Amino acid sequence: MMINILLFADLAQQAETERISIEVHFPLNVEEVRTLLQNEVGKLSGIENALLAVNEEYVELTDQVNDGDTVAFIPPVSGG
Amino acid sequence: MKMFKITSEPINNQDVIDSVVHHNAGAISVFIGTVREMTGQKQTKFLHYEAYVPMAEKQLERIGTEIQEKWPSAITAITHRIGTLQISDIAVTIAVSTPHRQDAFEASRYAIERIKEIVPIWKKEHYTDGEEWIGNQKGTKTYPAGHPEGVVK
Repeated sequence: MMINILLFADLAQQAETERISIEVHFPLNVEEVRTLLQNEVGKLSGIENALLAVNEEYVELTDQVNDGDTVAFIPPVSGG
Repeated sequence: MKMFKITSEPINNQDVIDSVVHHNAGAISVFIGTVREMTGQKQTKFLHYEAYVPMAEKQLERIGTEIQEKWPSAITAITHRIGTLQISDIAVTIAVSTPHRQDAFEASRYAIERIKEIVPIWKKEHYTDGEEWIGNQKGTKTYPAGHPEGVVK
């Protein structure tokens, strides 16, 4: 089963990709996704300060992720 | 036009203003955010904005909803530009109409402050002496819970 991960700004630059799909086993929470991601692309500095979203809604680290979900790691925002 | 929009085209302020015109409005407050050249000693050559577009539009809409809860007669429209912007280009335009002026001033201020907290848009500064993703602009904020304050699902 797969989940999709989106990275932005500095995180995407470090990982050298904005999008990655990984094979996972459930149950799984966002914190575990964060670990699996870094196993795949290497340590991402500052990711612990990122906001978290699943399917375009903010979530918490302990929230569960399901098959096919899109998990986004959102560095501190700087719009405006 | 869409009331809450991320665009890669130059922003037309009048379009944003026109979309909040209402016969019971006595005021329209407009906030325009533009690209600044000097930040302290640093000189900006140009900026690059990136967004998580579908989520950013949802969060802009959420700001509109929050404004309507605080100022029930307010009508809000926000357009934020992404891509490469030059000095003095418009990055964001916010228009809020309300029956009375004080609410319009307060609500437009509220909108820009919330954009800086919850909308997934990032700015990369290209200075004369290097480049840098801007985040955590006050240098004080962390999000141990994984989301900004007031954005519990």
